[in-house]
Amino acid sequence: MISLLLILLPLLTGVAAFFIKNEKQVRSWALFASILTLVVSILGLLVYKDEKYLSYHCEWLPTLGASFSLQMDGVSQLLCLLNTIAYPLVFIAGWKTTYKNAKNFFAWMLLAQAGIMGVFLATDALVFYFFWELALIPMYFLCSQWGGEKRIAVTFKFFIYTFIGSLLMLIGILYLYGKTPDHSFSIASFYKVSLSGSQQSLVFWLMFVAFAIKMPVFPLHTWQPDTYEQAPTTTTMILSGVMVKMGVFGLIRWLFPIVTGASFMWGDFISLVAIIGMVYASLIALRQDDLKRLVAYSSIAHIGLLCAGMFTQNTSGMQGVMIQMFSHGINIIGLWIVVDWIERNTGTRKMSELGGLAQKAPALTIFLVIIALANIALPLTNAFVGEFLIFNGILGSFTQYYMWYTVLAGLCIILGAAYTLRMIRMVAYGELKERTANTVDISFNEKLALGIIVVLILVAGIYPQPFLDLTSGVTDSLVNKFEILRYPVSK
Amino acid sequence: MNALILSAILGVVLMFSGILLKQKITIRYIAFLGVLLLLVVNVMEMCGTVLFKVNTHGMIYFDRFALLFNSIVFLSVFIYFILSAKDMEKVGVNYAEYFTLIFFILCGITLTSSFKSLLILFLGIEIISIPLYILTGSDKKNLKSNEASLKYFLLGAFSTGLMLMGIAMIYGARGTFDTTSINMFVEEKPSALMIAGMLLLLFSMSFKVSAAPFHFWTPDVYDGAPTVFTSFMATIVKAAVFIAFIRLFDEAFGVLQSQWQLFVAIIIVATLFIGNITAVFQQSVKRMLAYSSIAQAGFMLMAVYAMNTDAKEGLLLYAVAYSFATIGIFAVLIKMKDYTFDGFNGFAKHQPVLAATTALFLFSLAGIPLTAGFLSKFYMLKAVMMTGKNLWLVIFAVLMAAVSVYYYFRVIQAMYFKEGEAQSLEVSPAFKWALVALAVMTIILGVYPDILFYWLYF
Repeated sequence: MISLLLILLPLLTGVAAFFIKNEKQVRSWALFASILTLVVSILGLLVYKDEKYLSYHCEWLPTLGASFSLQMDGVSQLLCLLNTIAYPLVFIAGWKTTYKNAKNFFAWMLLAQAGIMGVFLATDALVFYFFWELALIPMYFLCSQWGGEKRIAVTFKFFIYTFIGSLLMLIGILYLYGKTPDHSFSIASFYKVSLSGSQQSLVFWLMFVAFAIKMPVFPLHTWQPDTYEQAPTTTTMILSGVMVKMGVFGLIRWLFPIVTGASFMWGDFISLVAIIGMVYASLIALRQDDLKRLVAYSSIAHIGLLCAGMFTQNTSGMQGVMIQMFSHGINIIGLWIVVDWIERNTGTRKMSELGGLAQKAPALTIFLVIIALANIALPLTNAFVGEFLIFNGILGSFTQYYMWYTVLAGLCIILGAAYTLRMIRMVAYGELKERTANTVDISFNEKLALGIIVVLILVAGIYPQPFLDLTSGVTDSLVNKFEILRYPVSK
Repeated sequence: MNALILSAILGVVLMFSGILLKQKITIRYIAFLGVLLLLVVNVMEMCGTVLFKVNTHGMIYFDRFALLFNSIVFLSVFIYFILSAKDMEKVGVNYAEYFTLIFFILCGITLTSSFKSLLILFLGIEIISIPLYILTGSDKKNLKSNEASLKYFLLGAFSTGLMLMGIAMIYGARGTFDTTSINMFVEEKPSALMIAGMLLLLFSMSFKVSAAPFHFWTPDVYDGAPTVFTSFMATIVKAAVFIAFIRLFDEAFGVLQSQWQLFVAIIIVATLFIGNITAVFQQSVKRMLAYSSIAQAGFMLMAVYAMNTDAKEGLLLYAVAYSFATIGIFAVLIKMKDYTFDGFNGFAKHQPVLAATTALFLFSLAGIPLTAGFLSKFYMLKAVMMTGKNLWLVIFAVLMAAVSVYYYFRVIQAMYFKEGEAQSLEVSPAFKWALVALAVMTIILGVYPDILFYWLYF
């Protein structure tokens, strides 16, 4: 019931939002709806933990073998929590931003939430595919209608990229469906499919491309910086904070358990590509002048690490990924809030035109520094826990090149520190510039949003155990699958 | 059988109503009632009530598949009439004749969906084609319309010739016109005469469904014909020919599948490629829709290629999804003053309901989930996957589907994201409601297609 509510609430409130004419009302309505969903997700986490509340099943297309079934495991609980936390934060932070045609904006935002939620919950491949696409459509409208100057072309690139990926995934799903013993789309039947090596590789690539585009992993990332730059910042927060996790989640629930052999076989190659992408993105981030592009490239680097962490295929690496997914979502939303505020109040995103904000906006600077430090994974912040575990995982991974991987990925931490600290120096310190001379400090709603983010950063950084406990079940079952594969090899 | 005879009678009734009645609105209502009547008697036949008992000597057989398809056709025509019948007035003075011709086409469609003999197939195809030649040229004072009609007629006559020759060859090889007997004929190796006849039939049918490389008439004819009739022939007629196509190759040439399957695969690839790639470069929405109809034909041909249960169910769903969406878009297009993509700029602001439904129909054509278009494409892909070979065909098809997003979404971009003053004619509330109903049906079929398949089996 909880799982169904998590999809239905944003869906229905989103549809209702189309009909609220008054901008103030629709804003409050959206905030109210998102908080309601957050409450439901917390209830599911703490009170109604029983299996019968967390899963939902009903007949849909019996002739095809598809049913509308949802289920929450640890990872989906964590990601649903991220999704439900992100929305109120985004709405609070953007409380003062005005949108042309506000009702449509908030309606699409809520519909996007419903779509993303469905991806995290579905345990039927066809339903999964449905939600995968449905999360994209609201994003398409949001980015093309409210974005920057080049929004239409850029969003279109994003859409085509993702659409090609998801169609290839559809073929993968159909291929697996043909091989299931009982011709069913349910995940349980998919887990039972046994394929030969080359068949596994085929399915692996068909589906991995979709996930890799969504994450995005180098070299399929080219849509990302442009889209993040051109999309309205509120939407970018959701895109980068929540939506990219759909790709990683796809690996966890759909790819690794179904084509374990191929995932193991290609793990080396993909880790290599992901790490190359990290270095590449970090180097580019170092040269950026535009704040949004800087954050975008830093996000590619972080996602590359997530991908590499997943393909370590051991407990430490994958546990690190789980918690890092949550942390990255929170941190990047924080960064975007700051960037958005700077853009709105100074009228520029160029770092060369900014400077000395610490004098004019001390509260903002404090928040920015904390979030930036979390972004480079300083101890006591949430990202440290995740990245430490991932590095530990890479060091202990099965590949013979683990040393190289660790060194290269470690290099990115240093580069990350370099570009983040450079950003803080150029934005917050130094001389006041023409554009920053007349700014005033952030107001209550931004303080509230950033305050919540900082609390989350510190809580998860100091006491991450509850998060780790939540996902350990999923990680263990994945690791077991890989152990069975590895055992004969290591002998 | 009910619908076959009634549609012919109704055609005659409407012909005379043109002479006897002066009021256009009365003629229109007679046509509405006529289609509704056809729908009702056809559903009655599905439930077991046959009004006319005619001994056809096994040349026509109305099975559930044929009857269900007929119902779909009548429903689509009914919606098409509601949306566009009024716009036919602008085409020319012979208002009643247009309806007459459409009812004759419907008569042909009931034949092509239920033939058991190659003669009936030929008859059905001809009864469909000849009124279409006239409808294409019905805008008599327009040079483009005349050109289109002539082109269509010449090429159509040529393909009819090919079809007749094919049928004759098959008769020479098998000694019968009966599809089942053709299929049951036992021989070690199919004779050259048989193969040649079959290929000629394949080519002429490909011509009728505008599959590449037999598609060259399509853009010019669809573009030149009055838009109301383009809508009719790009959707309902095309779907009907597809049903004939799949019936023919299933019932008559089923055993020879290994002989023609590769040909069909090549035609599919060519059709998808040419249709989609050329559509990208169009500047007029009407021409884009013409190429898109070629591209969609490529997808529908996958049903012929796969030829299994999924394929047949899927083709029915595809016929509905594609017809509904295209009829809807054409109905809106007729109301536009400017047929180019730029003519749609800012349309969403002026006509939010029209824009929203058009966007939904475009989603359906592009194959976005929650719409019938997705599930129908899904069925096609599934059908080919289930044959267990030629995975490359599926991959090629989805890549082409991704290309199709480009030109469908150009209309959405123009309507929603670009500034402009889209000029459109006045629309009545009834028109809007019909569009909304069509959109709702598209979504219902996209979520729960069993509504349709229920009729196929029970």
